Amino acid sequence: MSLTEAPPAPPSQPEEPKELKLRKPSTRKRLVPYWLLLPGILWLVVFFALPLVYQASTSVQTGSLEQGFEVTWHFQTYVEALREYYPQFIRSLLYAGTATILCLLLGYPLAYLIAFKAGRWRNLVLVLVIAPFFTSFLIRTLAWKTILADGGAVVDVLNTLHVLDVTSWLGWTESNRVLATPMAVVCGLTYNFLPFMILPLYTSLERIDGRLHEAAGDLYATPATTFRKVTFPLSMPGVVSGTLLTFIPASGDYVNAELLGSTDTKMVGSVIQSQFLRVLDYPTAAALSFILMAIVLLAVTLYIRRSGTEDLV
Amino acid sequence: MPVLRWIRRNLVVIAGLLTLAYMILPNIVVMVFSFNKPNGRFNYAWQRFSLDAWKDPCGVADLCGSLSLSLQIAFWATLGATALGTMIAFALVRYRFRARGAINSLIFLPMAMPEVVMAASLLTLFLNMGAQLGFWTVLIAHIMFCLSFVVTAVKARVMSMDPRLEEAARDLYAGPVQTFLRVTLPIAAPGIAAGALLAFALSFDDFIITNFNAGSTVTFPMFVWGSAQRGTPVQINVIGTAMFVLAVLMVLVGQLIASRRKSNARN
Repeated sequence: MSLTEAPPAPPSQPEEPKELKLRKPSTRKRLVPYWLLLPGILWLVVFFALPLVYQASTSVQTGSLEQGFEVTWHFQTYVEALREYYPQFIRSLLYAGTATILCLLLGYPLAYLIAFKAGRWRNLVLVLVIAPFFTSFLIRTLAWKTILADGGAVVDVLNTLHVLDVTSWLGWTESNRVLATPMAVVCGLTYNFLPFMILPLYTSLERIDGRLHEAAGDLYATPATTFRKVTFPLSMPGVVSGTLLTFIPASGDYVNAELLGSTDTKMVGSVIQSQFLRVLDYPTAAALSFILMAIVLLAVTLYIRRSGTEDLV
Repeated sequence: MPVLRWIRRNLVVIAGLLTLAYMILPNIVVMVFSFNKPNGRFNYAWQRFSLDAWKDPCGVADLCGSLSLSLQIAFWATLGATALGTMIAFALVRYRFRARGAINSLIFLPMAMPEVVMAASLLTLFLNMGAQLGFWTVLIAHIMFCLSFVVTAVKARVMSMDPRLEEAARDLYAGPVQTFLRVTLPIAAPGIAAGALLAFALSFDDFIITNFNAGSTVTFPMFVWGSAQRGTPVQINVIGTAMFVLAVLMVLVGQLIASRRKSNARN
């Protein structure tokens, strides 16, 4: 009856009928992982992998919506798409990269605070980091329109401190407004993806043994040295996964650019969206989204290689 | 300068709290403007205090319909993604088999791809199949992109489980079903719950993938998006505020119950 009587390995010498009984469940057992995987993997193959194949085929088609599209291996679409929309690509990578760096700079102290300094407030601060998630991110992004509005408090303060003069000179803002400029878009991107940076950072910081800090102190390391030689290297897994979780979605985002930016701050996501849903030029849209995918996958692979955390996945 | 010295000593705390303020600020603005009575269509400038929107949160056409549609989609997407994802997670942690590497990358890839790419490619599939865009295509898409996150959350928990607990159950003559239901599942439950919560939040809040694959169906995020052009009704702020408060309350109550249980266990 029970399996505990038999050793886990299938018996090798067939002598009793009892052995046969045991062999049957063992083959069935070998199939268990495949049955467990089947529905989910099938879902991903049909609705994730197969669509990419369809999109690849769409990107080399020519034709029109009225006459139908045909695969003509027209790779020229890629060249034309890149030639026409390279500013949007560069802008997307630039904005996403800046937002990622800002998220790291802003998120690290907060993650550090939660992990080491918050004490009994730890759970409350964690709740405050996660809770904004539950207000739709679109509503929160729209709130930035109010915060950064022309003549609002934020713009007034920045104006009085002459910060806007400097940023306008750098091309981040326009004379005395913030809304509809690159700065507003990057501010929105940074804001929207901060939790994706803070949570992995916190998880990896929390795992660090506090005694290591004491040991570093005992060895006459200053707090700064302790951070540089002990804390930061040990938090690398969090830094890597946090930057990836921020950079990848930010590079394809078009919500922030549309709500907080202007036509001069359009990102590549906007172009893909309008080509697909408004212009209905499917080949160009497909080619654009393939180029974006290739750039992001390449950047991610290089980054993971360089940071030496290949066991991340 | 004692002030400067104090600032230097508490630099991390100050910087962290500033970041926290940056994160909470829009929520406060949303909350404050839910009590506004705007002049005209746009709720961007403070006019005067009013409770009108709170008294009648469904007073705007289609708003509550889109909200209930989003809740339904999030519910079914959570159910589907959690069931499929938990099965995959168990298979990956508990069994050694061929193609494990390939399956691991298939699960990682949806998370390593900009949403707009997935959204666009799924749309090409649906267009090629001649599928009617709407509730079902959105649900299919949501289960697809939530799946990987559920697998990751459940995997982390199952990996840290002590296999000896299950061996002990078997030694005590528990059958495989009994072992699974009374030992394995309760230990894995927090991971499964975390995965489900994540799936719900992701599905409920998703805009980009839904925007591509919804056709003329309007979910709550799509309603908000549309209203950004036409003029946002105050009711949207009310719903945003209510969601925020509800989430904080839920977590606090959960914490209270957990700490109660802990102190009860100690006594």
